[in-house]
Amino acid sequence: MTLWLMAGLLFTPLAWAVLTLLTDFVWGRRVTWVGILVQVVVSLGLWLTVAQNGGFYYDLGGWGAPLGIELRVDGLAVTFVLLTAAVASACGLHAGVYIDQHKSWHRYFWPLFWFLWSGLNAVWLGGDLFNLYVGLELISLSAVGLVALGGKANALRASIRYLLAALLGSLAYLLGVALIYGQFGTLSIAGVVLWLDNHSAPAGPGLALALMITGLALKTALFPLHRWLPPAHGIAKSPVSALLSALVVKASFYIAARLWLAFGESLGSLAAAQLVGLLGSAAVVWGSWLACKQVQLKQVVAYSSVAQIGYLFLLFPLTYSVSEPISLQAQQGITLQVISHALAKAAMFLAVGNLILSVGSNRVDALAGVSRFLPFSLFSFGLAGVSLMSLPPSGGFAAKWLLLQASLGSGQWWWALVLLAGGLLSAAYLFRIYRASFAENPETDRFYHPSKSLEVIPMVLAVMALALGFVSEQVLSVMALPFEEEGAP
Amino acid sequence: MTSSLLYAMAGAALCGIGLFGLLRLSHLLRKLLAFNIMGSGVFLIMVALPQHQSGPDPVPQALVLTGIVVAIAATALAVVLIRRYYHLSGMTSLEGEAGSREGGPL
Amino acid sequence: MTLEEWMPLFALMISLVASLVIFALPEKGYVRRTSVNLGAALLKLVVVVVMVWGVFHGVNYGVSFTMVPGVTFVLKADALSMLFAGLSAVLWLLTTIYAVGYLEDSPNRRRFFGFFSLCVASTMGIALAGNLFTFFLFYEMLTLSTYPLVVHRGTAKALRAGRTYLIYTLTGGAVLLFAIAWLHSMAGDLPFRDGGHFVGADPDIHGSLILIFILLMAGLGVKAALFPLHGWLPQAMVAPAPVSALLHAVAVVKAGAFGIVRVVYDIYGVEASSALGLLEPLSWLAAFTILYASTRALWQADLKRRLAFSTISQVSYIILGIALVGPLAAIGGLVHLLHQGIMKITLFFCAGNYAETLGIHRIDEMDGAGQRMPGTSLAFTIGAFGMIGAPPLAGFITKWVMGSGALAVDMDWVILVLVGSSLLNAAYFLPIVHRLWFREVKGSWPEERHWGRLETSPWLLWPPLLTAVATVVVGVLASLPFSPLSWAELIVLRESSP
Repeated sequence: MTLWLMAGLLFTPLAWAVLTLLTDFVWGRRVTWVGILVQVVVSLGLWLTVAQNGGFYYDLGGWGAPLGIELRVDGLAVTFVLLTAAVASACGLHAGVYIDQHKSWHRYFWPLFWFLWSGLNAVWLGGDLFNLYVGLELISLSAVGLVALGGKANALRASIRYLLAALLGSLAYLLGVALIYGQFGTLSIAGVVLWLDNHSAPAGPGLALALMITGLALKTALFPLHRWLPPAHGIAKSPVSALLSALVVKASFYIAARLWLAFGESLGSLAAAQLVGLLGSAAVVWGSWLACKQVQLKQVVAYSSVAQIGYLFLLFPLTYSVSEPISLQAQQGITLQVISHALAKAAMFLAVGNLILSVGSNRVDALAGVSRFLPFSLFSFGLAGVSLMSLPPSGGFAAKWLLLQASLGSGQWWWALVLLAGGLLSAAYLFRIYRASFAENPETDRFYHPSKSLEVIPMVLAVMALALGFVSEQVLSVMALPFEEEGAP
Repeated sequence: MTSSLLYAMAGAALCGIGLFGLLRLSHLLRKLLAFNIMGSGVFLIMVALPQHQSGPDPVPQALVLTGIVVAIAATALAVVLIRRYYHLSGMTSLEGEAGSREGGPL
Repeated sequence: MTLEEWMPLFALMISLVASLVIFALPEKGYVRRTSVNLGAALLKLVVVVVMVWGVFHGVNYGVSFTMVPGVTFVLKADALSMLFAGLSAVLWLLTTIYAVGYLEDSPNRRRFFGFFSLCVASTMGIALAGNLFTFFLFYEMLTLSTYPLVVHRGTAKALRAGRTYLIYTLTGGAVLLFAIAWLHSMAGDLPFRDGGHFVGADPDIHGSLILIFILLMAGLGVKAALFPLHGWLPQAMVAPAPVSALLHAVAVVKAGAFGIVRVVYDIYGVEASSALGLLEPLSWLAAFTILYASTRALWQADLKRRLAFSTISQVSYIILGIALVGPLAAIGGLVHLLHQGIMKITLFFCAGNYAETLGIHRIDEMDGAGQRMPGTSLAFTIGAFGMIGAPPLAGFITKWVMGSGALAVDMDWVILVLVGSSLLNAAYFLPIVHRLWFREVKGSWPEERHWGRLETSPWLLWPPLLTAVATVVVGVLASLPFSPLSWAELIVLRESSP
């Protein structure tokens, strides 16, 4: 059974990518619907399997490491697989209606979409450093392609900038991988952990870890390496922006988090951990500040991503030389933050896409009066905003609570201040948008109504972000599941 | 100084040169070339460092092959994008747009 | 799940579901929307009455589940919850009726009533919360659902007022969250418990407890309009009258005061709070707010702003009553939660009537309104005298009990505060009453509307009359069981014998 699930999970997206290369936009859309169904079913199946039986290692094709591909299917991985299924299907369904089917090059949306999905699955399930690199590259190249689909000069600029940043990040990561292999003689994460348990840590690999984290931070757009993100996410088409902000930046963060949790205690240092936390805090403040000043709606949401990504890097100081329960709390908080941000940000970008379609303009102040014509999408945006501001009851609030507990419990109370200030700042830029929609002086008197299916999708995602606040216990219990059998490959 | 260490240092030097070029050069094709040089440097380090007493290690060689393939794909994509960008805007670098709030590649 | 577990959830769900239904109905579905509104309000009233009866007889309504690892979501109905819940259920019904009449011909009614129901759901959640975490959940929900109501009109002034409101309440919320998280990491998940948790607490944590208390008061004090955190309330008067009436005279400010009561009684415990030296400064702050706000009310020319400052002043009575360590004073403070709610809502309803029917917003335009609108003006007069504390109205009961309570604990200065504030109340209410009845109309009204034989729309007329009658009845029949006063006595009794 698991064989079928694993095969389905990894090869369906690749197969579908090839299939949709042969079709035009409309047929590609229909083929994609089938693929989305398959993926959702398989992801759910895998999640349930792990929830019942615990995690496991899986050798692809029966070949073991180091030359074979070994996958690590644990609770955290399947949680993200399921998240990807939810968000990617939503974006795919939305894109099917949203994207103009008459432009001939848009037919390449579907292959790129499917390559992106396969890359994401590869990263979540990856067990060794090099395959994570391959997954990352697959994601980056597909994402760059998706951004460039906009077709105009500014989309090209944004995609080139994105590509260069992504490539630099990948090279830094690869260099780190090379150094680690040179030092430890193995590429699998579990193998390195085993080596470190048996010997004391040498001086060199700290550099390797730093290189890798830096490269991954560049790909995740951590301050001050964030400059490529607002143009890419702001100029891309809304479903693409949703995929980018919700999932793509999380992939590199996921790898960084895995690395830190595995090697951080041995190879990192307190100063490094606090520095990363500091950069995260700067991201929160700087991103929110810039978001408040943006004139264009999608740019506000893009800078909001920069700010929210800052929270994620609080994982580093909160899991370095703290007690076991505190570290678990921090991990749980960050996991919830990733999931709720993915759901909320995707909902936001999709809703914003609807709003822009309706109002005909990308500007914030053009939203006046839209609450009468497009209340549903506006409400989805509002609900997603509640989770983003980490106000109750939402997944974002549950995440904030856990992180507050972790920071207060480990004595690092200054992160608590960052969390609270970040919440207030996000309220500042979000309420600026709500305000604009409540204003009663509409300049546009003609609103276009997007189709109902476009409006339902962001609402579903936003409701999921809120519901996460209520089921976080169940979700987190799967995340922390141990392996049914331990062992290094 | 063993030969592998020499190769590794050469690789590091290439990395540094490539990085400098990637960050400081403004013409997009030159940036791309710098990226390729940097990639070569990384591959060199990757092959050179883990040389063991029992002869060449096949694992890094396999990895470098994969890396080269990925680099080719990335370079091809970059070239296509740069060409298209030039075609649409007549520019060969990312700077020079009036009133742009975006900085360099980073 | 047993019936005892269902009831609190049900009480919450009624307004939540009503809100969703209202959002789903089209803008023009007036009749359907009004029936949903009224139906839900009546249903909720029935549920609350049943629960009041149950709590009186010792039934344990409550439900809990783990929401986030380490902390539980708890709903629990005790005597104090039912005081607040009962007030909101009754006044929701009346305000719904009033709002239907007030907003006739207004745009965006679906949005208004949808968020209105969400507010009521949040208030019910605050009343039924069983620990600080759950309380905070609904506290912030209240902020979020009241914002669209404050900015409902969409004018520049309304948007500015909304912005001020948010700055105050969200910042207060952040401070509150910090304090709650700190307390949780220090002491674990503390449910609300009669007598509190910190009696005889370890001296090592005294410093932290004091700091946490100050932060809690700051966070809660924003909504309770405690000086100097009261600045948002007068500005929020730009909202439509039903909003000012229910929310800013009853739900939002009472939520803050209610939170303070919960913290002092059921988290810290009265003995622990006074042992830590926290209650005396609180009582001084409350007393200062009472006098300060009453003084500022004297200078307000706009009717609703004057009423706003009066609210700020009156809510601090509740806090003052709590801060005096004595059962009688506590009874006075708690019963004022209800009394002030009834009286203030009467006054705001009347202010709304004047604005809607005659276009009056300023006090100097109110000359002779008593002849044109006798019913409304009668209700206003009763409410005003209740505020001043004239017997046998509700306000008098409060001041009498609180005064006796203050004497019982040798805090004689409180009497001066009570007397002083009554005099100030008289100073800013009596001139209005005088203008209503004893002055002639100056020219014509700014914008008059007619409703046939009645002075104004029946939707607008009956609610204030009913609440004015309630003001009288509650005062005259205060000694009967199930009067607010008796219920407050019950609360204090159960509080002091855990």
